[in-house]
This record gives sequence, structure tokens and C-alpha cells, in this order.
Amino acid sequence: MAATAPASPRTPYGRARLLALGRATKPIREASGIARGMFWAGVGITFAFILMAFLAPVISRYNFSQYKANGVRFPQLGHPSGLHWMGTTVQSDDVMARVIYGAQTELKVVVIALAMSLSIGVPLGLISGYFGGILDRALVLIMDAIFAFPYLLIAIVIAFVLSTSSIGGGIFTAAIAITAAYVPLYFRVVRNHVISVREEPYVDAARALGARPRTVIRKYVFFNVVQNVPPIATLNAADAILLLASLGFLGYGIQPTQGAEWGYDVSRAVSDASSGIWWTGLFPGLAIVLLVTGLTLLGEGLNETINPVLRRRRFGQFDFEPVPGAVEEAE
Amino acid sequence: MAGTSLRTYLITRLALVVPMVFILLTLVFLLLRVAPGNPIQAALGGHVPAAYVHQIEHRLGFDKPLITQYGEYLWNILRGNFGTTITDNRPLSQIIEQNGAATLELTFFAMLIAIVVGVLIGLVAGRYRDTPLDIFGRLFGIFIYATPVFFLGLMAQLVFGVWLGWLPTSDQASPITQALLQTHTNIFFVDAIWDGNWGALWDITKHLILPATTLGLVTAGVFIRLVRVNVIRTMRDDYIEAARARGIAEHRVVFAHAFKNALVPVITIVGLNLAILLGGAVLTETTFNWPGIGHELVVYLENRDYTAVQGIIIVFALVVVAVSVLVDFLNAYVDPRIRY
Repeated sequence: MAATAPASPRTPYGRARLLALGRATKPIREASGIARGMFWAGVGITFAFILMAFLAPVISRYNFSQYKANGVRFPQLGHPSGLHWMGTTVQSDDVMARVIYGAQTELKVVVIALAMSLSIGVPLGLISGYFGGILDRALVLIMDAIFAFPYLLIAIVIAFVLSTSSIGGGIFTAAIAITAAYVPLYFRVVRNHVISVREEPYVDAARALGARPRTVIRKYVFFNVVQNVPPIATLNAADAILLLASLGFLGYGIQPTQGAEWGYDVSRAVSDASSGIWWTGLFPGLAIVLLVTGLTLLGEGLNETINPVLRRRRFGQFDFEPVPGAVEEAE
Repeated sequence: MAGTSLRTYLITRLALVVPMVFILLTLVFLLLRVAPGNPIQAALGGHVPAAYVHQIEHRLGFDKPLITQYGEYLWNILRGNFGTTITDNRPLSQIIEQNGAATLELTFFAMLIAIVVGVLIGLVAGRYRDTPLDIFGRLFGIFIYATPVFFLGLMAQLVFGVWLGWLPTSDQASPITQALLQTHTNIFFVDAIWDGNWGALWDITKHLILPATTLGLVTAGVFIRLVRVNVIRTMRDDYIEAARARGIAEHRVVFAHAFKNALVPVITIVGLNLAILLGGAVLTETTFNWPGIGHELVVYLENRDYTAVQGIIIVFALVVVAVSVLVDFLNAYVDPRIRY
């Protein structure tokens, strides 16, 4: 052991990690038909939108705030046509360009917002749950109070206050507003799980061996608790898209010159609707629905496969599928 | 066990409301008063003489030390005085009475639609798990959940309002109805019934259909998911197996044993979703120009009226807390296990 270890110090560790990865993805591979289908449909849709965001300048014929090409102004509220597949808005913007570039905005904001809410909510939940005491009680009270509140309103108020102050509107303002709405959720999930894990024998054993709280949390508690996070974070990303679109709809999202945002575009389309113009609202709206559906399917698929209560394996205990040959034999 | 009586539970639960309300009020104060920027200047716009700004600041007490302001703020709310708006000098109590009634009308019918649609689809999907019915129900639930309420509203306006011309797409009632309707409760629907004014009731109902259905359907998405999971979980319980083993007919097992127990948590779900519904109401009211309290909030936000925003947010907070207490009471009443 001592002789082989220096020769390839990384191999055993790397192998162990690979095995761990294999174990972690096992539920996904073993999932039954529907959960699998949903999961992969979610992966496909989400991936398509990510691709759209990265390749926006390549895919889109025009820029999101472009209203003329070759010195010719685009038509106002033009019908979908060969030049403008999804028509144009009242400002002569190309709807399709705004839909495509919108993917960039949504993904940027959601990634920043999720990263921030995770990096605030998870550590707070870990510390609060592990140490307990007055800090825990105070945090639980505050977080519960925020959690009970409609999160759209929290986000609106934060976005409102930030946009009035010197910070102004923009991607960060929107991301902070969304973060404020979601921190309590992660806090709750992580804290409650930590409390149940804290009393497990292996954690007790680590403590009995004299490990410091820091080590116990990092090596034993964290990895146990963090398993719950991916499905929640994915479902949360879906929610965050809706929240961002809602903020945009109310005028507190991204400024129209900074980036294309689907919710804002739908809000502009409300006044078009009364004259029967459908294309300015339909396409950005559909983009929201599709991306949120994709992320939800992905999250639900993860949830079904990771959460043992909902899990159904392909060869589960109660799901003996009749093997064709066997049935014939029995009859 | 006779350890904890219902009454003790209620008292403990009520005692917990105090810190919660206190925290919410403090957070609102911190956000709106301590935040950078001058709210009065913001509300009045850029071209106002500084002396006038100071005068208003003085009238509203914004020039006092923050601690004093905080004390006065809490004291005023305790007395039920939510303040007066800066921009149009409207007492908040008036906004609550008039616009709150419109929101109540909208959210009540939306919740009704959400419960009926959500529970029905959720039960069927959970009962017939993994069949095409389930897949359809779940996909419907996911799609409807993924649809922003304002987008669904917009499409409903296009189809039923503009193209088919069946239903009005904005306001709570036509101007004539509004002018002729006697005010009893501020809730148009109730007022029309009160007077037996069937013409007005028909007009009000027509105005209500699109916004309430839109908000209700979107809320139903959450119900479908939760009810379905609940049914699945209940169907696996031992007592269901036991009931089957005793030879009780399957439909009886499903209806009398499984569904009944699966629906107990629905009370909690309804309560929890009120918060989501209120958020959705803000969007629905904006889409349909429905004169509710959420619509007012958006208008006052645009005008940067801090007192109005603060007042409306506090009202929302109090409603949410009140409902959560009510839900806990109902739950404790229905399910004795919770009391311990």
C-alpha cells in the first residue's frame, strides 16, 4: 500500500470518485419509463435554450435592439414574414431576435441568482442547523417570516428599492431581487436536513474521534445534505425564470436597452392585443413557457429519481413486468 | 393522550404570530425607510424646490431620527393607522376597503377554480399513476405551472376578448354598471346580489370570468402536483393494504380511505398557496386592469410613493400571517396529531 501509493497517488482517489459518481447517477439510469422520458425531455429543452443563448449572435439575423438594416427601417408591428419570421414590434424591433437574445438574459440572471442564493442559503442552513441555539431560533424566525410572504412581492420591493437607489436597474438588480426571494427556501431545506443528519451515528462517531465542528460539517454533514439541492435548484431555476419574467412584466427587470427580456416584451404586447396583434406577445411568452417546462421536467425527473419515496425502479419490488416467454409458459 | 388540548395549541400558535408580524414589519421598515435614496424626492420628481421637499419630510416625520421613526411606524400600525399616500393623499384604509374588495372578489373565485381543477386532476392522476391519464394530468400541470399568469391572460384576452368578442378584457364592470351599482360591501359581486340587480350581476360575472379563470388555472398547476403526490403516498400506506386485504371493494378503498386522507393536507396547500395567489393577483390585476390592491401597488410603485407601497405591503403581510394561522387552526382541528 505504502509502496504503490506514491507511484500513482491519484488513481485510487479518482477511481473512488468515479464509483461515487456512478452510484449517484444510478437512480437516473434505473428510473422507469415516464420519469426517464420526462428527465431527458427536460435535458433536451434546457440544453437547446443554453445553446440558443450562447449562439445568439450566430443564429439571430438581427440584434435585439436593432430597428433597421441597410438603412431601411423595419416595419412597425409588421406581420410575421420572410424577413421577420416572428414579426416586428411597435418599436420596429425584430421579435425573433428579442426571443433569441432573451435566452441570454434569462440564463445570466438565473445563474447569478441561483449562485447567490445557494452561497448564502446553504451555509446559513448548515451553521444554523448544526449549532442550534439562539442563532438558529432567530434565523428560523426571520426566514420563516420571509418565506411566508409572497416571493414575487419580496422581489418587487427589493427591485424597486434598488432601482430607486444609485444601483439602478439591470441584471444584478434583478438577480439580487430573486436571490432575496429564494434564500429562505434553501435555508429551510438545508437546516431541516442537517438537524436530522446531525444525530446520525457516523456524525456522532466523527465527533467522538475529536473532529472539530468545521471538519464534521464539511466532511460528513455537507455531502449528505447537498444531495437534496440539485432537484430543488433546478425547480428553483424554473421558478426564477418566471419570477424574472414577472419582474420584467411589471417594469422592474432588465432595461430594454441592456438586453432582451421576455416578460418585458409580453408587457409591451398587452396594448397590442386589443387590436388583435398576437405575434408580439405569443413568441416571447412561449419562450418562457418552454424554458420553464424544460427546467421543471428536468427538476421533477431528478426529484423522482433521487427521492426514494417517489422512486420507481424499472425492476421495482412491486412492478414485476410479465416477461412474454414466461407468461406463455405459465398458461 | 390528553396532553395538549386544542385551546393550548391555539394560544401557543397565536403567541408565535407576534414575533412573526414584528419581524415582517421591521423588514419592511428597513427596506423602505433605511434604504439609500430620498423617498420624498423620488415621489415628487426632480423639479421640486428643496424647501417643499423638507416641508413634506417634516409633515411625514421623515426628518426625525430613525429610531423615533421606527417607534412611530410601529405605533401607528398597532393603532390600525396605515398612513396616507404621498402622491395623491389617499388614506390607506380607503385603498384597503375599495381595492381590497376587488382583490378579494378576484382571488376568491380564482381559488375556487384552482381547487376544483387542481384537486380533480391531481386525484385522477395520482390514482391512475403511470397511465396516459396520469401523463396527461402531469403534463397539463407542468405546462400550466410554466405559463406566466400574465401570458395566459394575454392569450385569453386575444382569443375570447378580441377574436371571439365574447368577454370583456379589462376592468371590473362596465362604466354604467359601476355608476348604477349601490355600494354595500365594495365587493361588486355581492353588491349586485344584495340588490337583486341581475343585469349588473351578469355584467360583473362576464368581467370576472377571464381574470379569475386565468389566475385560477395557473394556481391549479401547483395543486395538481401536490394532490397527485399525496394520493400516491396515501395509496401506499399500510391501512390501504389492510383495507384491500379485508376485501373492501377497490372503489371504496380509493374514495373512502385514500382520497379522504390524501385531501387533509390540501387545507395546508390552499393556505400556503394564498401567498402565491396574492403574488399572481398583482400580475393578473395589471394584465386585466382590475382595480385591485395589487394593481394599486404597481401604480404606486411607478409613482415611487413609499408610504403607499409600505402600507400595501404591510396589508399583504398581515393577510398572509392571518391565513397561515387560520390554516394551522383548521389543521389542528381536522388532524389531532398536529397538536403535539
